[in-house]
Amino acid sequence: MTKNIIEVNNLEHSYGSLKAVDNISFNVKQGEIFSFLGPNGAGKSTVINILTTLRKIQRGEARVNGYDVAKESKSVRRSIGIVFQMLCLDHEMTVAENLEYHGKIYSMPKKERKKRIDELLILTDLENKRNTLAKDLSGGMKRRLELARGLMTKPAVLFLDEPTVGFDIQTRMRMWEYLREIKKEGTTIFLTTHYMEEADQLSDRISIIDHGKIIVTGNADELKNKLGKDLIYLETSNNKIAAEILRSLKAVKSVTEDTKSLRILIGEDVTHVLPQIMEKLRGEGIDITTVNIKKPSMDDVFVHYTGRELREGNEKEKQQGTRIAEVSE
Amino acid sequence: MNFEFHAIYWRDMVKFFRFKSVLFSSLIQPVMWLGFFGLAMSDSFDKLTSLVPDVSGVPVVDYLSYMGAGIIAMDVLFSSLFGGTTLMFDKKFSLLKETLASPVPRSHIILGIGLSGVTKAFIQTFIIIGFGKLIGMNFFKGYTFTETLIAVAGIMLLVAIFTLGFLFLSGTIAITIENPEGMQSILTLLSMPLFFISNALYPIDSFPAFLRFLSMFNPLTLLADGIRYFALGSNFSVMGNHYIYTTADIGISFLGLLFFALVMLSAALWRFDKVDI
Repeated sequence: MTKNIIEVNNLEHSYGSLKAVDNISFNVKQGEIFSFLGPNGAGKSTVINILTTLRKIQRGEARVNGYDVAKESKSVRRSIGIVFQMLCLDHEMTVAENLEYHGKIYSMPKKERKKRIDELLILTDLENKRNTLAKDLSGGMKRRLELARGLMTKPAVLFLDEPTVGFDIQTRMRMWEYLREIKKEGTTIFLTTHYMEEADQLSDRISIIDHGKIIVTGNADELKNKLGKDLIYLETSNNKIAAEILRSLKAVKSVTEDTKSLRILIGEDVTHVLPQIMEKLRGEGIDITTVNIKKPSMDDVFVHYTGRELREGNEKEKQQGTRIAEVSE
Repeated sequence: MNFEFHAIYWRDMVKFFRFKSVLFSSLIQPVMWLGFFGLAMSDSFDKLTSLVPDVSGVPVVDYLSYMGAGIIAMDVLFSSLFGGTTLMFDKKFSLLKETLASPVPRSHIILGIGLSGVTKAFIQTFIIIGFGKLIGMNFFKGYTFTETLIAVAGIMLLVAIFTLGFLFLSGTIAITIENPEGMQSILTLLSMPLFFISNALYPIDSFPAFLRFLSMFNPLTLLADGIRYFALGSNFSVMGNHYIYTTADIGISFLGLLFFALVMLSAALWRFDKVDI
């Protein structure tokens, strides 16, 4: 069995009367990419700040790389790399100098620093920017430089707090490639995100976190499969009655009513179920205006477990579903 | 023993020499003080005090040389007092985050910044002494080579302690205050009494008793006295005032500055320990 590199038991944290983290327990295995997925304000950053010893632990216990974050903060700090949510590079120093500084504050010997800087500039494709001032880099490059900096000391765990927030999709996807590359080197990655695709594409395991609690943990496919095989969105002339009727069908696992459409999770192959559904509704005198089929996404997983949509990123995912039929009157 | 403070020092120095505008202005500023203010004032002072009889049997020191020591003290005061401002910006733009999240002890951050301040102060001191000699400032008059070396070393030591004290003070304010305007106004407010209730530019002998009393505790006075002791000797007269510095006087200057620096160091350590990210 792989060993746990992060172990968290009954972690609680409050700001005044506000409970930001509510009795959380989880483990992260060595070498995996583990994501905290949740909306802003869910408590993700608080957990990351406690694990990186930037915030004092209030209740519960947490160990990183075998060290207690409360009692052995120095050893924890030596074991980790951090990419903060906000960019924090020294803009008036060059790419190489930013890395050099980081190596120096972690007391890396000169030879090692030089070697590591060369390696990391290659890894993050910043070789030809070595002597460029950080302020002259593009947003994506700055992030990559921060990534390189986080890896400077060859940490056992790399923490990333919302690493791609505010980036366009191309930049984000490139970033994911770098992270996969880093994972291959054996670094464990703990990341927080509120982007569904990010958690989905990147993580070995995901914890969905909301209101300071972990709602469910698993790998992306497991989470999605739990929901059912397929998902149908229907718009009908009477959603309320249609929902009643559909709930009585054996193949239907669950029906949720959205503002405009019905979200139907089914446990069997959609190609057989869909004609059944359409026939049944027509028979009851309900017109179907739109049909939309897709595989459950992380977005659906999130909605399923939290009962609400994650504000960002869901619009696009919905559109990605295959629109197979549009029935007009 | 760890040397992480060296990283902080290194970064500050790299940036000091990189930004030519900052570098240039910090180097040219002492020259301007001495060149413009110094020459202008020394002419008027020398004219005004030409009627005052000199103290007999004591070497007379011209005003420019007297003031030169004060200019060093003042220049070093201003640059160190405002030196902590970088910390405030580092904090504001989350630059400090990386360092605060690392295993570097907080004391090393303070020490690193302090040492880079001392380096800059040394550079300025050398410039003032060098340029001052050019325009007729009579430092180290009649000293042998060894005596000059000892005098320079003494000045450097005092300048270093003084600079550290004010950088710690400035750093403490910087890390406590959030906005640049607030920092600016506090520093200006602080620099006023420090500057005027001191003997940096004029003798304090004719001050009202109360101000004279206060000025004795002013680090700027202590530094100016110390520099004069090393640069001008222990017995001279300027503008009719007779100056005698005893070993006890210089000891007091030294210990006073040391005390000031230590108090400021503990204030800085205390504040830095509380800094949250």
